[in-house]
Amino acid sequence: MLNINAFVVGLLFGLGLIISGMTDPSKVIGFLDLAGAWDPSLAFVMGGAILVGAGAFTLAKKRQRSLLGAPMQLSSATELDKGLLIGSLVFGIGWGLSGFCPGPAVVSAAAGQPKAWIFVASMLAGMALYVMIDRRGK
Amino acid sequence: MNLSDFTHSAYIAGLLGGLLIGIAAALFVLLNGRIAGISGILAGLLQAETWRVLFLLGMAAAPFVYQMASSLPPVTIEAGTAQLIIAGLLVGLGTSYASGCTSGHGVCGISRGSIRSIAATLTFMMAGIITVYLTRHLIGL
Repeated sequence: MLNINAFVVGLLFGLGLIISGMTDPSKVIGFLDLAGAWDPSLAFVMGGAILVGAGAFTLAKKRQRSLLGAPMQLSSATELDKGLLIGSLVFGIGWGLSGFCPGPAVVSAAAGQPKAWIFVASMLAGMALYVMIDRRGK
Repeated sequence: MNLSDFTHSAYIAGLLGGLLIGIAAALFVLLNGRIAGISGILAGLLQAETWRVLFLLGMAAAPFVYQMASSLPPVTIEAGTAQLIIAGLLVGLGTSYASGCTSGHGVCGISRGSIRSIAATLTFMMAGIITVYLTRHLIGL
């Protein structure tokens, strides 16, 4: 059941990204381009998602286990550490340079966009690089 | 009427797509007890857990399912190869250090009122806005 739901959630998430316009990097850059012809429509994506999400997460936070009995795995961290802030800064620079964040890049790669393949391959390399650096530091 | 006529307004499309993303995130946390964070699911792929693979297969199926109702909306990728490689590395490294991206922090984290996620989202939005300003209006990439 958990695996089936993972597939269904991935599919709904991907459809949401396509319908919302998030899979078009030029639109994402238009949203980030406050000094240009600013396209605010993508703010509605996060707004709509949080509208539904807020109710679900309020319920989830009160539970130890999910409705299917899986352990509720929500982070309890509260510290604003360097990794969080510098990591987000670095992510934002990459997002602004390309117009891609991880989800839309995966969907576009699946749709057969060669440029999305280049981005996804490089992103996976970046994630692997982190694992290597992280292991060396421990 | 096809799907693209119905969603021709960018605002309605954004809201509808956002609601669907919210439903997906809600189903995942309520049924699987997990955060629908794409960077985290990708980064954990090496652990070879079935649910991660299935989640990503579901995402990969989305364009094909969408095409059953309508043709895919046009996509413009302005960045060149070198720019995409650098951007990909930065996104991979950055989301790993930050433990999340637009979905994990921006949607799920803000939905549960996490201070870390609010800080992360403000930071990557600001970094994205400054990067677009510098590349588009100052350097002209």
